[in-house]
Amino acid sequence: MSNIQLLNGQIALVTGASRGIGAAIAAELGQQGATVIGTATSASGAESIQSNFKQAGIKGVGMALDVNDITQVEFVLKEIAAQFGDISILVNNAGITRDTLLMRMSDEDWDAVISTNLKSVFRMSQAVLRPMMKARTGRIISISSVVGHMGNAGQTNYAAAKAGMSGFTKSLASEVGSRNITVNCVAPGFIETDMTAELPETIKTKMLERVPLGRLGNVKEIASTVAFLASPNAAYISGETIHVNGGMYMA
Amino acid sequence: MSDIEQRVRKIVCEQLGANEADVKNASSFVDDLGADSLDTVELVMALEEEFDCEIPDDEAEKITTVQQAIDYVNANLK
Repeated sequence: MSNIQLLNGQIALVTGASRGIGAAIAAELGQQGATVIGTATSASGAESIQSNFKQAGIKGVGMALDVNDITQVEFVLKEIAAQFGDISILVNNAGITRDTLLMRMSDEDWDAVISTNLKSVFRMSQAVLRPMMKARTGRIISISSVVGHMGNAGQTNYAAAKAGMSGFTKSLASEVGSRNITVNCVAPGFIETDMTAELPETIKTKMLERVPLGRLGNVKEIASTVAFLASPNAAYISGETIHVNGGMYMA
Repeated sequence: MSDIEQRVRKIVCEQLGANEADVKNASSFVDDLGADSLDTVELVMALEEEFDCEIPDDEAEKITTVQQAIDYVNANLK
């Protein structure tokens, strides 16, 4: 664990921070000195984020936020501004899956995934951009997926949303680079989370055959990449997707 | 110079990093003061904040000179 406080004085917002990759990102940013606001869709999720922070000695709070609800987004951002100041690091992590073959996919399956995983990135980024532009600094980091680059049967909606992030990221990076704001993606491969824990052993074994490093990734390995992009060390990286997948997909 | 005119000119100077002497009422943000598209968006946002109003996009597009900004504020604010 790094003891260098590279993110001292930064205010970071991490969506979907109650478990898995989001929780690890929130913890890592906090350990590097940032004040972290972690969001979850439920009030109980927000409470558990808060108690995690307390245990780990991290400055910050948990808040309830449904990224699909523009009024909630506005409310949460106002609260953050009042309590902590302007957000300098946004991590778009909240996401859902509704896996099924396209032949069987409903409009609801499609819309829910595109809205929660992609439209939320538009909405959150737009909401934090004004203070970042004024401050002439900022970091927007979206958690994409290897699936957005490789494709995956049963995930047309998820892959489309994740690939969409990449185009969004490159375009926004072009728009706001002159204001010293960087916009990037981190694309995890197979990571040990609740999402992958549910998979049957046979599928896991098959998946691992495609990973040169021969193991699933750890959430901390995603979190440290996000923390790097958020840090001054990554000041000249923008519009980029960093793949963290054990060599499973080489861009 | 009216109060509104002064406030508009001050914002233009701040946002575009221009010298007060270079900012004439006839100055075009893009052609004379070197603003890019993002600068003009920021300028409109700054005007909205200063005068506590919301300028609709189709109106904002028509504000391309200092005078047009002054006229807009004069016409739309009490």
